[in-house]
Amino acid sequence: MINWSVILSIAKTHLLSRFKQTVVAALGVTFGIGSYITLVCFMTGLNRMLDSLILNQTPHIHVFNEVEPSKKQPITYDKALVSGFNIIHSIKPKQNQLRITNALPLMQYLNKNPDILSVVPQVKTQVFYKSGATEISGLIIGIDPLKESRFSNLDDYILNGSSQSLLNSSNGILLGSGIAKKMVLQVGDRIQLITPGNELLSLKIVGLFQTGIAEIDDSRSYTKISKVQQILMQPKNYITDLNINLKDIQQASRIAQEIATQHHLNAVDINTANAQFETGTTIRNLITYAVSITLLIVAGFGIYNILNMLIYEKMNDIAILKATGFSGIDVQYIFMSQALIIGIVGGILGLLLGLGLTLLIDQTPFNTEALPTITTYPINNNPVFYLIGILFALFSTFLAGLLPSIKAKNIDPVSIIRGQ
Amino acid sequence: MKYVLEAKNINKYFKKPKPFQVLKDISFGIKKGEFTSIMGKSGCGKSTLLYILSTMDTDYKGALYFNDTLITGQDKKFLSRFRNEHIGFVFQFHYLLAEFSVLENVMLPAKKLAQFSKDEIEVKAIEKLKMLGIEKLALKKASQISGGEKQRVAIARALINEPSIIMGDEPTGNLDSHNALNVFDIFKKLSLKEGLSLLIVTHDHDFAKKTDRIIEMSDGCIRNS
Repeated sequence: MINWSVILSIAKTHLLSRFKQTVVAALGVTFGIGSYITLVCFMTGLNRMLDSLILNQTPHIHVFNEVEPSKKQPITYDKALVSGFNIIHSIKPKQNQLRITNALPLMQYLNKNPDILSVVPQVKTQVFYKSGATEISGLIIGIDPLKESRFSNLDDYILNGSSQSLLNSSNGILLGSGIAKKMVLQVGDRIQLITPGNELLSLKIVGLFQTGIAEIDDSRSYTKISKVQQILMQPKNYITDLNINLKDIQQASRIAQEIATQHHLNAVDINTANAQFETGTTIRNLITYAVSITLLIVAGFGIYNILNMLIYEKMNDIAILKATGFSGIDVQYIFMSQALIIGIVGGILGLLLGLGLTLLIDQTPFNTEALPTITTYPINNNPVFYLIGILFALFSTFLAGLLPSIKAKNIDPVSIIRGQ
Repeated sequence: MKYVLEAKNINKYFKKPKPFQVLKDISFGIKKGEFTSIMGKSGCGKSTLLYILSTMDTDYKGALYFNDTLITGQDKKFLSRFRNEHIGFVFQFHYLLAEFSVLENVMLPAKKLAQFSKDEIEVKAIEKLKMLGIEKLALKKASQISGGEKQRVAIARALINEPSIIMGDEPTGNLDSHNALNVFDIFKKLSLKEGLSLLIVTHDHDFAKKTDRIIEMSDGCIRNS
C-alpha cells in the first residue's frame, strides 16, 4: 500500500528546503531541453529551407521525351544473327521528336488518376538572348501561368511582378535575374531572342525571378506556352514536358514507373532526381540529434549527482523513516518523485525556453540574395519535438533518480542509527 | 501472564571483521505494562538485541513472537508495517526530520499508517504534544528546538500510533540530569497510566534502578533478570 500524499509531501519538503540545489538541478534539465528544442527546430527549419531550395524546382514526376539510341538495334531483327554475339560500333541516337505524343489526351488521362494532384504542361526550347553584339544561350520555357502559380513555387521566386502579368501581355517574358543583370535589363525593358529557327523576336520583360541557383537564374526565362509554340512554329498540342504533382510524394517512384512503361516516355521521380540530397538531409538530422542527446545526457548526470548528494545528506532521515515504519519502496518513491518533479518542472520550463528562443530566432532578420522570399531565419516549430523533449526530460530524470533511489531503498537503518 | 514480546533462543553472529558471536541463546519476555531496562557494558550486545527485537535487524537465528504471533522470517514490507503499527522508537540522538515542523514529525508515522484522516491525526498529535507539555512548539522547525524538547517530540512521535511497546536506545544518554529525569517520569507515567510496555537500553544506573525490571547483559548473555 503506497500512501502517495505522504510520500509527495516529504518529497516536496526535501525539494523546498534545499531550494537552491533544486533550482540548479531543474535548470540543468531546462537548459538541456530548451537547447534541444531550439536546436532541433532551427536545424530542421534550415534543412527544410535548403531542401525546398532544390526540391521546389523539381516536380514530383517529370515526364519528357529524351533523345537516346534505340534499345533494339536493327541487327536484332535478323533471326539468323540473334543467337550470336553482336558488337555494333558507333551507335547514333534515333531521330526522335522532342514533343510528347498525344500530349493533350494524355494530360486528360493523367488528370483522372486519383493519386495525381496536377499535371502542368511546359514547352522548352533553347534560345539565345541577344544584347548588342553578344549572344547568351539560354532556355525559354512556355508555361500556363494560371496552373503554374497554383501548382508550383514559381511565384515565390519572382522579385517584381508576378506570373499573372504574363497573362496580360501577349509578348511578356519573365527573365532570370542573372541574365537581367548581365544584360543590364529591368522590368519594362525589351529583350531580343534568337529562336532555333534563327528568327529575331522581341519580348517585353514583365518580371524578374531569382531561385538562388545561379545555373537557373543565368539562363532560364518563362513566357506563355502559346508564345513558345509560336516561336517553334508548332501547333497547340506541341508539349515537351509534363510536370506532375502527386497527393502523396511517397508514391512518386511507383507512379513514375507506371507512366514510363504505359506511355513509352521518360518519367523521373523526385527521389531519383535528388538522391544525393536525401543523404545530406539525413546526415544533418543525425548531427542535430547527436548534439541534442548529448545535451540531455549532461543534464541527466547533473540530476544524478544532486540526488546522490541529497541521499548522502539524508541518510539519517532515511533511517528514521524506515525505523518509524516506512518501507524501502516508500523511501525509493520519495526520491524517485523528487527526481521526476525536477524533471517535470525543468522540462516544462525547458519547453517554454525553447519556444521563446525559437520565436526569437523566427523574428531575427535573415536576408540572403539566394532566397528573395525569406526575410527571417527559418524555424520548424513541430509539436512532435516538444513531445519528444518532455518525454526525454522525464525519461532521463527517471534514470538519473533510479540508481540513487535504489541505494536509498537498500540503506540499512540499523547501521545508520548505530553508527552515530 | 501473556508476553507482549517474547524472544526465544536468539543467536546473532557478526561476520566482519572476524566471525564473532554477539548474542548467545537469549530468551526472555516482556509483559504488558512492564517497564524494563537493559543494562550492560559497551559491546555486550544490548543494542544489537534491541535492534533485533525492533524487527529492523533480521539477520539472526531464533524466534521472535509478538502477542504470540511469529515475527521472524516475515518479509520487509510486513515488518515496516508492523513497526509502524506496534512499535514506538526513541533513540539516543532524537532523530527528528530537521526540515519538518514538530507537528509534522509527530504526524508522519500516523500518516503512513493512514488509519485516520489527516484532521484526526492532527488532533491526536496535538494531544500527545500537550501530554508532554510541548504543544507550544508544534509549529517550530525540528531543528530550532532544544535537545530535551527534541527528545520529548521523539516520544510524542513514538506514541502517535498507540503502539503496544516503546523501545529506547539510551534515550537519556544525551540529556542533562534534569531532562533525563523528565523523560523518565514520562515513561513511568505511560507505563502506569496507559499500560504501555517499555524496553529501554541504558547506561544510567539511576534510571535503571527505578524501572520495574532490569535485564543485565554481559558477553552476549543475560546474567540476571
